[in-house]
Amino acid sequence: MTDQAYNFAYLDEQTKRMIRRAILKGIAVPGYQVPFASREMPMPYGWGTGGVQVTAACLVPEDRLKVIDQGADDTTNAVSIRKFFQRTAGVEVTEATAAATLIQTRHRIPETPLTRGQILVYQVPIPEPLRFLEPRETETRKMHELEEYGLMHVKLYEDIARHGQIATSYDYPVKVEGRYVMAPSPIPKFDNPKLSGNPAIQLFGAGREQRIYALPPYTSAVSLDFDDHPFQASKAPHHCDLCGAKNSYLDEVITDDHGGRMFVCSDTDYCAGRRAAGQKGRLWSPEPQEAAP
Amino acid sequence: MTHATHSADLSGGFTEISHQSARAFREILEAMARPGSIRTVVGALPPAPLSVAAGVVLLTLTDPTTPLHLAGEADCKAVRDWVAFHIGAPLVAAEAAAFAIGTWEALHPVSRFAIGQPDYPDRAATLIVEADRLTNHGPALTGPGIETATWLSLPETAAFHANRALFPLGFDCIFTCGDRLAGVPRSTRVEKI
Repeated sequence: MTDQAYNFAYLDEQTKRMIRRAILKGIAVPGYQVPFASREMPMPYGWGTGGVQVTAACLVPEDRLKVIDQGADDTTNAVSIRKFFQRTAGVEVTEATAAATLIQTRHRIPETPLTRGQILVYQVPIPEPLRFLEPRETETRKMHELEEYGLMHVKLYEDIARHGQIATSYDYPVKVEGRYVMAPSPIPKFDNPKLSGNPAIQLFGAGREQRIYALPPYTSAVSLDFDDHPFQASKAPHHCDLCGAKNSYLDEVITDDHGGRMFVCSDTDYCAGRRAAGQKGRLWSPEPQEAAP
Repeated sequence: MTHATHSADLSGGFTEISHQSARAFREILEAMARPGSIRTVVGALPPAPLSVAAGVVLLTLTDPTTPLHLAGEADCKAVRDWVAFHIGAPLVAAEAAAFAIGTWEALHPVSRFAIGQPDYPDRAATLIVEADRLTNHGPALTGPGIETATWLSLPETAAFHANRALFPLGFDCIFTCGDRLAGVPRSTRVEKI
């Protein structure tokens, strides 16, 4: 039920107009971080205040919303944001990727390919890919202006010099349409190839840092690399222990104090869907039925 | 329309603002994210010569913080009064505008509009271009948001060539015709066919 004490989707209309204008400029200049007047939201910074504001500006009453945190629909962050919009916007919610029209995500892109008509909203902690290389905003802004991205290649090179390979494994920088270097938010680099040429609209919101940026559909986003050290979308070299998936991103779960562990799909909807279709992994056994009282 | 019409300039706004502006924005977002795709919007009844779609875009995106330029026939008393009552945007000259509205001829020369700054390319104008027709026939569009290529009835190609050459600077366009609209952001490449 919609909470009548709030405007539709919580934010007031003036704020939504400001965010909507920022989103459109972000769409017009793919990969460029548009400053916006981020509002305080009824949740702490780091819980997705940027993503929540972008979602609030995009939601329509007819939407079916899915919220994921590290791929899971049932973690605290995902559950609380989903409830927030159920209460303030009265929208339908779903856990099925294919049934959702708007998906807010923290640090994953769903395994099920997105389609035309869907919007993926990312929660972004640090929108500036150059921030840990150059702390001054005035300087990073100038570097984007001049397309001066040599420092980022130096960082990747130092990875190779130190570790023999590019050790950056998440928030792996991409170059958008051959122009702006962009932080894809801390998604695993396994997900990077899905950024490029995606038929869905991808929007990025950073609340504390007050930035919005976007990837329109079918936009190229190339992961930075070197000719002799090409980009590799890596994952744990295992199969999912619940559904047996070979090509999904896996979480490692410690199961006891004696080194026991298992690997499971980080995307809970994908994993459950495969199990419902009869796929079985190494450790899968159906939950025992509760005895009738 | 259920409310009483006291005067022409008091009617024609959104009657259910949060839902209508949300739906309108989604259509505008789809239009700008997929250049050349033609979307239909509802909810505004602005005075002549503004189209329904132009009125919807104004109500959805502009407010007292966005300087607006009325070009040509759009700069009439009825429109000025309607903007003053429903939007409150300051009316300014073309060079200072965040949004501008008019026919392509009235907006010319388009080179006078803000194209943003090299370090802040977002500070560029959005042109709402009123068109007599809006169809998927005409110059070819390619670029972000377009899978292969699409076509749109644009008034010319030279201005869009020049605008694309400025990327990441440049103005963005929303073409409106009746209750339909289509987006041509600065990232789109326009070719004569």
